[in-house]
Amino acid sequence: MGRIAPRLAAVAAFMVTLAACGGGTGSSAQTDVGVTSTSILLGNTIAQSGAAAAYGTIGNAELAYFTYINSQGGVNGRKINFKILDDAYNPAQTVPLTKQLVEQDQVFAMFSGLGTQAQTSVREYLNAKKVPQLFVATGATTFNKDFGSNQWTLGWQPPYQGEAHIYAKDVLANHANAKIGVLYQNDDYGQDYLKGLKDGLGDKSSMIVGSESYDVTAANTAAQLTKLKATGADTLFIFATPGFTIKSLVTVTLLHWEPAIYLNSVSNPQVYMGIAAKSGAANKNVTSVGYLKDPTDPQWANDEGMKLYKTVIANCATCKPEDGFNLYGVAVAYTMVDVLKQAGSNMTRANVMKIASSQLNETNPFALPGVKVQTTSSDHFPIMQEQVITWAGTGWKLQGSLIDERGTIK
Amino acid sequence: MSRLRGAPPRYWLVVIVVVFFLGFPTVITSFQASLWAQALILAIAIMGLNILVGYSGQLSLGHGAFMALGAYTSAILAHRYKMDYLLTIPIAALFTGLVGFLFGIPALRLSPLYLALATFALAVVTPSLIKRPDKLTGGVQGIILIQPDPPGIARDAFATVTGTPMTSDQWIYYISLACVLVLFWVAWNLVRHRPGRAMRALRDGEVAAAASGVNIAGFKTLAFGISAFYAGTAGSLFALATGFISPDAFPVSLSIQLLVGAVVGGLASIPGPLLGAIFAYFLPIESNQWVPSQSWIPDQIASTVKNAGPAVSYGVLLILIMIFAPNGLVGLARRGYELLQKRLRGTNDRETGQLPPDPQTV
Repeated sequence: MGRIAPRLAAVAAFMVTLAACGGGTGSSAQTDVGVTSTSILLGNTIAQSGAAAAYGTIGNAELAYFTYINSQGGVNGRKINFKILDDAYNPAQTVPLTKQLVEQDQVFAMFSGLGTQAQTSVREYLNAKKVPQLFVATGATTFNKDFGSNQWTLGWQPPYQGEAHIYAKDVLANHANAKIGVLYQNDDYGQDYLKGLKDGLGDKSSMIVGSESYDVTAANTAAQLTKLKATGADTLFIFATPGFTIKSLVTVTLLHWEPAIYLNSVSNPQVYMGIAAKSGAANKNVTSVGYLKDPTDPQWANDEGMKLYKTVIANCATCKPEDGFNLYGVAVAYTMVDVLKQAGSNMTRANVMKIASSQLNETNPFALPGVKVQTTSSDHFPIMQEQVITWAGTGWKLQGSLIDERGTIK
Repeated sequence: MSRLRGAPPRYWLVVIVVVFFLGFPTVITSFQASLWAQALILAIAIMGLNILVGYSGQLSLGHGAFMALGAYTSAILAHRYKMDYLLTIPIAALFTGLVGFLFGIPALRLSPLYLALATFALAVVTPSLIKRPDKLTGGVQGIILIQPDPPGIARDAFATVTGTPMTSDQWIYYISLACVLVLFWVAWNLVRHRPGRAMRALRDGEVAAAASGVNIAGFKTLAFGISAFYAGTAGSLFALATGFISPDAFPVSLSIQLLVGAVVGGLASIPGPLLGAIFAYFLPIESNQWVPSQSWIPDQIASTVKNAGPAVSYGVLLILIMIFAPNGLVGLARRGYELLQKRLRGTNDRETGQLPPDPQTV
């Protein structure tokens, strides 16, 4: 054994070291996990790399708002700590990262997790653990509609189906004889939009002459757009994430196709339209909807909310202030802070969930005037008002007035 | 006892590694055990790829697709037909192995480069293919799986050691570990015997192998089948460990991750896939969280690394490995061990002081 003993000893020492490094995190006595007398820990998973990396800045903007709140003294004396992890828009990564945040980092709640598939993948887990999955950054209708069966999960932004209803109304009013082609991402998110559009058109849904889907793993959407053009469609709906939307706008121009274009709100920040234009997109006749103030719109230059946004976003070195996604992040973080403030001294997961899902009644300074962030015991869709916007070469123009879709999705 | 004394050091290493992995979950948290379970699962898939690439010399860029097949086979059997999940693992493995074997038949006609492209295409279309029959696969919504509770005896045994009952994450870790042990043992036996020698022969010289009576077509398809069998097992376990599968959980990058793991660990070696898997699994997670937390790294670089995701760390690591350790971590360790022995014994002792070249692992 003589020769083996030293070897064994060395390995044993190594293993002990490893074991010591991997040692568990003991849980300390708290009123609720993730809350101390001086801090609240929130967790987040978001795509900061991969196919939907454009959304990544949202997490940073949210952090910027929490930093701002902390500099003002925090929420009832508690500072908000916010841990962001990159899941690359891949649901298989969302699961272990969420487990890490819940079990290892011991977050109080998950906040603004992004991606329909990604958030679906952890909904069961978070509900089983009774960890709030608050204000998920997806408008998939299920996150609000199915609150009854998932009482620890809630969305924030207007549901995709509601948004699509508004497009349907706009088409019926302005392009009554349109031949509609739809390009959509082949997942819950794209299909949700498509369903909303069909529902909104009702018995006129035969106006849709073609619908083509792309997978999020695809390189571009040229083949789908060529097919749609061949159907003779004169109105194009693009239900796609920012990267694919930009490519699609460019491709439409390259195909010498000039349809009326409807763009989903999750890809419409002014900066992305600008990138598309720079890459050669004509961006003619483009319609979308908005519910937040556009940071590039000069009409808000002296608006209090916009001034606050500029102050807040200065806390984030890598955030472009003109990117509408940053405003989104700040706006949703505002609601989160609002909920935490209302929870006050009763900072438990259950109480926070109760306030968020049934007692919200907020005028968000970053949303368009008139937009209410509201929930009641029977209505779990926080935002249901949106306004039609059209592209005017360098920026979006608000059209008409707010359209309220509350109560249209059962 | 004399047999024990005569055992080469690598046998002791195996014992130590096994004991280490058996005891590991008792000192780490349940969450960390779930990460290590994923790494072990990756090791199985990489071992499969290693048999194909390292031992039989055929390149596959599409093993993620076989993992997806295994995962969906298990998930559908467990979810729709209410089968016990553990029973579905061998079924998924055999089914994937069969599909791999069949895929190997046309793939045989392709030269290595074109085989790589064909398998790459397989990896690219897989997520889309899964989405189509959405009644069967759950489409884009995927399938949610209930993670099994550990059996009472395991839970109690674990509780007596650590004081807390075993969680399902820890149970899945042990299931994965059991699969790793069995499949690595099988692989070890395989490559040391007739089929392994035949595969290596056709890797090193197809014509020579054929002239020596090796059934080229047979062994190539066999390698493909075995390799897919491993990937199928890994996929099945992956679905169980994640608790949720959806088409986009099997992107092209998964196949790349497997290949990186195989190369980093060391092709044509048995411990290689294990080391490679640990690196390929933890590297992107750690680098994504570590880089932004370092204040000395300029913001610009940190955000670039973050935006590019794991691709950057994979790229850098691969280049470093190619330069400094072309035989992977195992090659590096072996070289270090030889140098160490030379030092310890002095060059006069035992002629050169080098271990005799091992015909089994070259």
